[in-house]
Amino acid sequence: MLKNDPLANVLFVDLGKKRFYVERREDLFSQYIGGAGVAIRLLDELCPQGCDPLSADNPIIFAVGPATGLFPLASKTIAMFKSPHTGNLGESHCGGRSAVAIRMAGFGAIVIRGASSLPVYLAIHDGQVHFRDASTLWGMGSSITPGRIIRTVESGAGLRTIMRIGVAGERLIPYACVTTETYRHFGRLGLGAVFGSKKLKAIAISGRRSLPVADNRQYRRLYDEIHRAAVDSPVMKKYHDLGTPENVLPLNALGGLPTRNLQAARFEGAEGISGESMAEHYLGRRLACSHCPVACIHIAALREPHPKEPYFYKTSMIAYDYEPTYALGSMLGIGDPVGMLKLMDRVEAVGLDAMTTGVVLAWATEAQQRGLVGEAETAGLKLSFGQADTYIQAVDLIVKQPTEFYRYLAHGVDAAAQRYGGLDFALSMGRNEMPGYHTGPGAHLGFFVGARHSHLDNAGYSIDQNNLVHRLVPPGELIRMIVAEERWRQVLSSLVICFFARGIYQPQVVARVLQCSGFELSTDELQRVGTVIHQLKYRFKMREGFSVDQLRLPKRLFETPATVGGWDEAYLREALRCFREIILQQEAQ
Amino acid sequence: MAKIARLSVVDPDRCVGCQCCMFACARRYQPGLAVACIGVRSSGGMERGFTVVVCRACENPPCARVCPVDALVVRPGGGVRLNPALCIGCGHCRTACVLGAVFWDDEANKPAICIHCGTCAAYCPHDVLLLEQRETVHAEE
Ligand code: SF4
Ligand code: SF4
Ligand code: SF4
Repeated sequence: MLKNDPLANVLFVDLGKKRFYVERREDLFSQYIGGAGVAIRLLDELCPQGCDPLSADNPIIFAVGPATGLFPLASKTIAMFKSPHTGNLGESHCGGRSAVAIRMAGFGAIVIRGASSLPVYLAIHDGQVHFRDASTLWGMGSSITPGRIIRTVESGAGLRTIMRIGVAGERLIPYACVTTETYRHFGRLGLGAVFGSKKLKAIAISGRRSLPVADNRQYRRLYDEIHRAAVDSPVMKKYHDLGTPENVLPLNALGGLPTRNLQAARFEGAEGISGESMAEHYLGRRLACSHCPVACIHIAALREPHPKEPYFYKTSMIAYDYEPTYALGSMLGIGDPVGMLKLMDRVEAVGLDAMTTGVVLAWATEAQQRGLVGEAETAGLKLSFGQADTYIQAVDLIVKQPTEFYRYLAHGVDAAAQRYGGLDFALSMGRNEMPGYHTGPGAHLGFFVGARHSHLDNAGYSIDQNNLVHRLVPPGELIRMIVAEERWRQVLSSLVICFFARGIYQPQVVARVLQCSGFELSTDELQRVGTVIHQLKYRFKMREGFSVDQLRLPKRLFETPATVGGWDEAYLREALRCFREIILQQEAQ
Repeated sequence: MAKIARLSVVDPDRCVGCQCCMFACARRYQPGLAVACIGVRSSGGMERGFTVVVCRACENPPCARVCPVDALVVRPGGGVRLNPALCIGCGHCRTACVLGAVFWDDEANKPAICIHCGTCAAYCPHDVLLLEQRETVHAEE
């Protein structure tokens, strides 16, 4: 890496002592590039084995990469922490302004340790960390308001990120999210609760600096190549036009859209919540992450009349993406876009992960319908698929937890189903609730074995749709495809390239991008770095008690036909066995 | 009648806040953002859209008038050019521009002044910016 690149600066913040310092860690960045690679090394170094994820000991690590601020679409921040939801690796990615702001502030990584006794927020400008009192912001009903307030009192307009939590995070709900720029999230695995446990309400970061490159002419030439590819690519156009919800109709047609707690994989109401219909009737604005020409973020404008006063309207701006559309739409049998948007708005306001919330509510509905719980447990609610208003109330109750039932729901479907029964239709994998793909064994395996239990770890769903629909391969072969893709994605998420741009950032291009920042790595060496990072993540998971053998395979996955047929529980078990072998072999080397 | 190039924000409603223009402007000299002469910020929350701030090439620019060392030279047809050798980094020009279009390069402690080259417009993927040819009245006088 280049000697004068601020990337190697790691900012350490201690919330207990209210102190900070910067350390140069070229050792880490030159070997592990940045992003996921550097974050897992720091987590391994700083997170004590077996620590309580909601204690002061659990560090929060944010990391960006060398391409951030230099090239388009290198705009993700990688967060790592020990997850309060799964008890092992917590890794979450978020765009917005976060990555570019951290890089422009002059850091490659930020480590937050300790816990404050009073609510605080951090303002990071000009190389200084200010610890500001957040008592007034604590407990606010909507996570949007603290963002508004911080926006007016802090500097750096147009150049900053403001990360914050809602009441869900304050109340330590293990699937609370952290929101940036109102519409982007570190959604999964409970970073919001880790913030909450540290009494950390928000972080504002800004900066405006220059970055070094090895050879300016070469850099500009490569920039133009990538920029043109991004602007001209049909995939990118697709995401710009309709956004990720453009997947709703194709997935539904393929019979891969989880519906009503996966009792079906086709949804008769898909049309109403499709990307096409949402764009036509509600799309109010499109936004981009910093340094991204694509602009896939879609915001709906929902105009509603006041319930009592005539000619009085309010317009809410609500972000919709594919995953929330699945989780808070089809999975709950909601085909009415207005109901879905209002539910999304509520989930956004309290600061919960939309995907887990949807799956939890879907399980609760089926549990109530089957008589596992009654109205005494649900505090009088009659949960029923399609009823958005009831779900909005249920979201509030998950936060307030008036009964034991909601306390369990606030811990996810595994905890709730272990207490009340219904494990067969409790749709979580490795304790993280399922994503919106019932395309086949690739999707589910990818999620089971993905190092952070994200459908984006290895895109098993895309293997289903592109390969397995034509021919189902033996389980061992499928798992090898999944692992190979996941290893390569460690490289992308170490440069912090948005996965939507993976078609542009092929290994050759990545090697040239890194050259601009003084990294001389061949494509073979890159693959090796990816393998090592993947291995480090798994080592951390195992260290914290993750075991492939103990994965619970919900029966529902095999009961409802998926896009790809011809596989069963034995197929998945065999694939998992092969996976374990790969991991063991890797460790033996 | 002479023509002069002038950057114009033709359709801010189409702006998605991607900042590609800012990075493109800075890239002409130094990657990053330190020397960018254009700024994009939300109009009070991203849901309200964006404000694109850039020099509008005033014909009688206040920034040049307040410069104590004449480091800002009025361009024929409007706008200014910076003579960095003269500039003492006092920052008066920054305060004088009500648009906030005089950006500040902290690393050099000098203003970052738009030269209406149109590079940013070439990298704006959403047709927000346009380099126009404006007819000038004063140039030929
Ligand atoms: S910087 Fe401001 S005052 Fe100076 S010419 Fe441009 S718009 Fe006018
Ligand atoms: S016209 Fe040229 S100098 Fe002015 S903002 Fe655009 S790129 Fe920068
Ligand atoms: S490049 Fe265009 S769309 Fe992007 S921020 Fe600049 S003006 Fe807006």
